[in-house]
Amino acid sequence: MTDSVLKLRDVKVSFNTENGVVQAVRGVDLDVAAGEMVGVVGESGSGKSVTFLGVMGLLPGSATVTGSATVGGVEMVGGGKKVLRGIRGKKMAMIFQDPLSALNPVHKIGDQIIEIIRAHNDVSNSEASTRAVELLDIVGIPQPKERSRQYPHEFSGGMRQRVMIAMAIANDPDVLIADEPTTALDVTVQAQILEVIQRIQRDMRTAVVMITHDLGVIARVADRVQVMYAGRVVERASVMNLFDEPSHPYTVGLLSSLPRHGQTRLEPIIGSPPNMLQPPSGCAFRARCTFATDACAVDVLPELVPHGESMSACIRVNEIDLAVKV
Amino acid sequence: MTDIAVSDSDDIELPPADAVQGLTVQSVSPTRMAWRRYWRHWGAAISTVIMGFLLVVVILAPITARYGVDEQVCDISVCKNQFLPPSSIAWFGTDSIGHDMYSRLIYGMRVSIFIGIASAFLSVLIGTAVGAIAGLRGGRFDDIVMRVTDIFLAFPFLVAVIVVRQFLGGLDFLEPIIGEVSSIKFMIFLFAIFGWMGVARLVRGQVLALKEREFIEAARAVGATNKRVVIAHLLPNSIGPILVALTLSVIGAITAESTLSFFGLGPQPGQGSTSLGQLIELARSGARQGNWWLVVFPCGALVLLAVCINFIGDGLRDALDPKLDKGH
Amino acid sequence: MLRFIIRRLLWLVPTVVFVTFLVYVAIRIGWNPVATYKRANPRASEAKVQQYIEVNGLYEGFWGYIRGYFSWLWSFVQGPDQWPRSIKGRAEVWPPLRYSMFNTLRLAGISTIIGISIGLLTGIIASLRPGGIVDGVINTSAFVVGSIQPFVSAVVLQLIFAVQLGWLPPAGVYPPGQDGFDLWLMTQHLILPVTVVAIQIIAGYARYMRASILDVRSSDYLRTARAKGISEFRVLTRHSVRNALVPVVTLLGLDLGTILGGLIITEAIFEYPGMGVFFLRAAGNGDFPQLMPYMVIIIVSVLMFNLIADLTYAVLDPRIRLD
Ligand SMILES: Nc1ncnc2c1ncn2[C@@H]1O[C@H](COP(=O)(O)OP(=O)(O)OP(=O)(O)O)[C@@H](O)[C@H]1O
Ligand SMILES: [Mg+2]
Repeated sequence: MTDSVLKLRDVKVSFNTENGVVQAVRGVDLDVAAGEMVGVVGESGSGKSVTFLGVMGLLPGSATVTGSATVGGVEMVGGGKKVLRGIRGKKMAMIFQDPLSALNPVHKIGDQIIEIIRAHNDVSNSEASTRAVELLDIVGIPQPKERSRQYPHEFSGGMRQRVMIAMAIANDPDVLIADEPTTALDVTVQAQILEVIQRIQRDMRTAVVMITHDLGVIARVADRVQVMYAGRVVERASVMNLFDEPSHPYTVGLLSSLPRHGQTRLEPIIGSPPNMLQPPSGCAFRARCTFATDACAVDVLPELVPHGESMSACIRVNEIDLAVKV
Repeated sequence: MTDIAVSDSDDIELPPADAVQGLTVQSVSPTRMAWRRYWRHWGAAISTVIMGFLLVVVILAPITARYGVDEQVCDISVCKNQFLPPSSIAWFGTDSIGHDMYSRLIYGMRVSIFIGIASAFLSVLIGTAVGAIAGLRGGRFDDIVMRVTDIFLAFPFLVAVIVVRQFLGGLDFLEPIIGEVSSIKFMIFLFAIFGWMGVARLVRGQVLALKEREFIEAARAVGATNKRVVIAHLLPNSIGPILVALTLSVIGAITAESTLSFFGLGPQPGQGSTSLGQLIELARSGARQGNWWLVVFPCGALVLLAVCINFIGDGLRDALDPKLDKGH
Repeated sequence: MLRFIIRRLLWLVPTVVFVTFLVYVAIRIGWNPVATYKRANPRASEAKVQQYIEVNGLYEGFWGYIRGYFSWLWSFVQGPDQWPRSIKGRAEVWPPLRYSMFNTLRLAGISTIIGISIGLLTGIIASLRPGGIVDGVINTSAFVVGSIQPFVSAVVLQLIFAVQLGWLPPAGVYPPGQDGFDLWLMTQHLILPVTVVAIQIIAGYARYMRASILDVRSSDYLRTARAKGISEFRVLTRHSVRNALVPVVTLLGLDLGTILGGLIITEAIFEYPGMGVFFLRAAGNGDFPQLMPYMVIIIVSVLMFNLIADLTYAVLDPRIRLD
């Protein structure tokens, strides 16, 4: 994994709030190589978005980010405004969760794409405009020239997400963070958007991080997966292994809450995620875990332990039977 | 892997919103919370203390004032009493006929604050009723109310006040009800005519918003009538904004009184009484002649009232409607 | 857009007619123009009074009001030289009205330009670090200054700078006896009134702008803009300020509509011969022939700026459809 373009090491994010310090992300490692797609899954609030917004410096002033995050060897955490500006939209681009509000309603689509092109390239407005139309074409927007002169409210949700993608790939970034790009869209549009992203990953050899809480999406497009829980990575596995032999009780919970063939009843994970103002000691999942013992409460930094080909944060992973009940 | 369907994200169990936020739900009553938020607003806290003090001073005017309203600080035969600068016999100086400005200021503020509070209550009463009916009934009545308030609120305020004042004064049959043009009663009605419109729009907006909410639907579903819905649910729920509007109309009316008096169109309380506006009218000539005390004290009092009451309104808004929190 | 403007302009006509009719009724009941005429011209013959009633359409009774209104309207639309003349010395109404209108426009124009530019700028500066010291100072002082009634600030400024220090002239546009245009003298006379009006505008718009920027501050599209790698300055100008301006500019449009009739206090205190002073004098005399054209100008200005506010809103926010 020496050739990974995106490398996160022990990334931590906390927020100063009126009620105290919220420890949203508590030490996340991640490697993504060029042309690879890594999925990041976890419940809502597990810190998926905050991790990446944090390293790109896109969180409000109340957030503190520590650890290390490099793109092509350039450090972002603690990097000055200049460094971050050079990386954002150029080496590392992001597609946001909600395409309805992520575009500025008062500027034309074309102008919003031109803006990101001209932020990093010394080109004239008309050159950038030609490129913007090209990009809209790449992401599959019909009549791109006319469309580039329209405003966001004249686009459907799926179309807006395509625009977001066009914007993100405008400068041919090394890393693309797709933050739940399909959550707000209906199923057929979801499939199209995923296809566009996959095509970009393939053709441009972009490293893609696919954030989602939809395991179906992961199964379709990702090469490897990182499962997050309460701001930490609990399992790291290839997609195949994740589904065939999950190596963390939380992953098992996620899988059994998925609808499967011949199954009529879904099994949600009982309980709710911990309060991140006072994260529990030891394994954060233990309150909801049927395998938990006293040892799980001991506050050792959870080194991931190998389990088959996967890595797991569960200290008991090799003692217990984690087969998903079908 | 083939047995995994592409799922909708909704199929994954989501924790309740509060848990996601990672916030503990505090078990303090909303009133206590509002109370606490109010006193944490330092502007409002200081203003409340000042206003409380002023109210006591003004209510106890016969005790706190040193001279009567029309009493001269000393007889002209004993000493010169006109245009005295502040001194020990007249703390805030004297006016052209030797009246003590300090005492007159207290009596004047008494009248002005009374006008302010009375017309604010009248405005809120009318405005709440009209706004609630317009919001609930909709239709023609709603249209007319909105049109009329549109026109009035778009008009330059002072021009409108002067025309309406003159108009009401010309309707002789109204005199038994609203009093003479230069009476205090007339002023209260005049300002209420302008004040209710803002309140009505506000209440109407609240009603329209609340109408959509489930608990109103639920009340309707169990057979509650319109009137009951308004009294039992809508009003308690819009009490916050109404209270803010009430506070702000008090200073609105006090300012309007001063402005009209400034042009000689205000109330003429006559012998034995005065108003802030009348004192400020004097300030106009005072400024030209360099009698600064005639300017500084009444103007200072008016500004103090305005700042304090506006702060109290701001504090109430913050306390009662945390959604409007100004992004801390 | 064009169709919208044309339709609104066509609507303007009946609206103006309707509102002026209401004002006509209010003025007739409020001032009793025949009585004020007789008071102003005590020696006027019965025939003269009758002629005044005819020319102004001051008939009695329900139908008399309606007929009277339309006869006034008819003479009004025929142009200024056909307008009924003032009750004081049969003077023409339009020349002094036009003179005061230009004076007010000058005062309003200068104050608005100064007030808006400073106000918006301070609002933006305050919003850069919400909750910080600069924000606290700007927001609190805007709040306090905004609470100061304009006649208070006018009287106090006059007392300090004109009377006590004697740096600036206390009143008027020119010193008595001056005729002809003199930029330097005019500027000196304008400083105090402009300050009074501009302060109000600054205090109001600094707070509007700040609140509006804070409103858009947590929008997703600002995060998108930052993620593009553009400079913070560009994020501020092209995204936050640009979007925050939409409600502020609309509000400005509405405010401008009232400014012709809104400077009465300042004009009165500085004896500045504008629309406000014109109105106060006409109202004091019950000068019906002067009051009506004044009201028409005020009404048309309010309605026109309402239309302009709607148009700018639609221009600034493409989501708004005009129809
Ligand atoms: N500005 C903020 N201030 C305080 N806490 C925050 C802030 N932004 C996020 N958080 C907290 O950080 C935690 C992680 O949030 P994050 O948005 O990363 O979740 P997520 O995994 O992306 O969930 P989702 O699937 O809903 O997008 C949450 O507990 C959230 O409450
Ligand atoms: Mg997220």
